[in-house]
Amino acid sequence: MPGPTHVQATINGEDVNFLCEPRQSLLEVLRDVLGMTGTKEGCNDGNCGACTVIFDGRIVDSCLVLGVEIQGREVTTIEGLATADGLHPIQQAFLENAALQCGICTPGFIVASKGLLDGEPGADEGRIRHWLAGNLCRCTGYDKIVRAVLDAGEKMK
Amino acid sequence: MDWIDFATPKTVSEAVELLASKGDRARLLAGGTDLLVQLRGGRRSVDLVVDAKQIPELNELSYSAQNGLVIGAAVPCYRIYADNAIATAYPGLMDAATLIGGIQIQGRATLGGNLCNAAPSGDSIPPIIALGGVAHIAGSNGSRQVAAEDFCTGPGRNVLQDGEMLVSINFPTPVAHSGASYLRFIPRNEMDIAVAGVGTSVVLDASGQNFVSARISLASVAPTPVFAKDAGESLAGKPVSEATIQEASEKAIAAATPISDMRGTIRQRNHLVGVLTRRTLNIAVERARGG
Ligand SMILES: Cc1cc2nc3c(=O)[nH]c(=O)nc-3n(C[C@H](O)[C@H](O)[C@H](O)COP(=O)(O)OP(=O)(O)OC[C@H]3O[C@@H](n4cnc5c(N)ncnc54)[C@H](O)[C@@H]3O)c2cc1C
Ligand code: FES
Ligand code: FES
Repeated sequence: MPGPTHVQATINGEDVNFLCEPRQSLLEVLRDVLGMTGTKEGCNDGNCGACTVIFDGRIVDSCLVLGVEIQGREVTTIEGLATADGLHPIQQAFLENAALQCGICTPGFIVASKGLLDGEPGADEGRIRHWLAGNLCRCTGYDKIVRAVLDAGEKMK
Repeated sequence: MDWIDFATPKTVSEAVELLASKGDRARLLAGGTDLLVQLRGGRRSVDLVVDAKQIPELNELSYSAQNGLVIGAAVPCYRIYADNAIATAYPGLMDAATLIGGIQIQGRATLGGNLCNAAPSGDSIPPIIALGGVAHIAGSNGSRQVAAEDFCTGPGRNVLQDGEMLVSINFPTPVAHSGASYLRFIPRNEMDIAVAGVGTSVVLDASGQNFVSARISLASVAPTPVFAKDAGESLAGKPVSEATIQEASEKAIAAATPISDMRGTIRQRNHLVGVLTRRTLNIAVERARGG
């Protein structure tokens, strides 16, 4: 049985090196190996979207990616959104629209929304609701989330 | 999940060798949206996971009038629906590629994985069968081709032998005046497992008023996806009418052998097969007339 694997990847624009076991998910690697706990675990089986990250430009559930699969690739997590100048427009819009209660789903919704708005800031409500169908929220009832994403889209145009 | 080894072969022959060396203790990883869930849930255990995604043939996605459509086994759903030429030529496949899971799942999930996973509810399998898809398989004893309707052999089981892998699913070029459609019934709007699903494809004559041929396939109403051969054949040479479509839907119900479970009863599933067969035939006819 070989030891852990050495992985080199770009996470939030930075070159990152880590050791992980092939069975570890990208979610486990982010949270437990790299200490990046912004990405949340809800279901650990692809249903809730709390663990959403951007992997080579596409949103994916990091609980359904193996850590070793990001070798040489690029990942953006919630920690990569805010800059020295302040919050990302989507983060700001979630605050202003009170689009969160307990907050466990929020990083996943924000990263998933970025995956949509970066290419389609003009996405309408139907498009947003369809895009976010893989993200579950037990608290808000979704309306405020959708309004926040619509607002953020306006600012990102 | 127990300890696993992870390999990233760059060629089909390397992958086949790895799979053959471990027998049923090795599995190929495409998008992982079934495999990783099964490994984590303890429903499957393996020693070696072989990544399919660095093998060029498995990443091929190409369409031409001469060669038809080739969907490499590692091509995720989003790449299929992002390709306008393919989306236009194969709307029946798009119906399935756009409804498997949500956007995150579609960023990873492949039609190859859907077929190999061989769930009776696999949403892409009925349209693959209806469109005459052929599984191109590589193995230590050479390569072979299997028609999609012969690929699944039981829930979670398929024709692949130890050391064999799916390379691609290939489709003929759609002929003139043809169309296809897939619909499923779920109690929610998104993200659920089909209670029943029906995929159909039709070829009409130049007038658009008569069926030349049709193929119908069903999901979630038997231990495997069902190719309802008689139902499709009943339409050949018949006019497009409520009566002929009704007759085909009754033959489709006859081909279904559903069970009652938490998602639906036998009666509801049979009813759904009828409704969905009629609806998908009507949509396929509309699409065939449209171009
Ligand atoms: C939240 C969620 C929602 C889902 N919704 C749907 C849905 O709406 N409809 C639906 O049909 N499915 C759904 N699924 C199931 C799954 O996403 C699909 O079956 C998907 O198409 C599987 O593809 P994959 O590439 O992820 O397969 P993987 O998980 O990589 O592989 C699936 C199986 O096939 C084998 N395999 C993969 N590629 C090959 C190959 N080339 N040769 C030999 N064997 C191979 C693997 O070893 C494994 O046993 C859902 C799953 C999740 C987690
Ligand atoms: S934790 Fe990954 S989808 Fe729920
Ligand atoms: S705010 Fe609590 S789950 Fe969404």
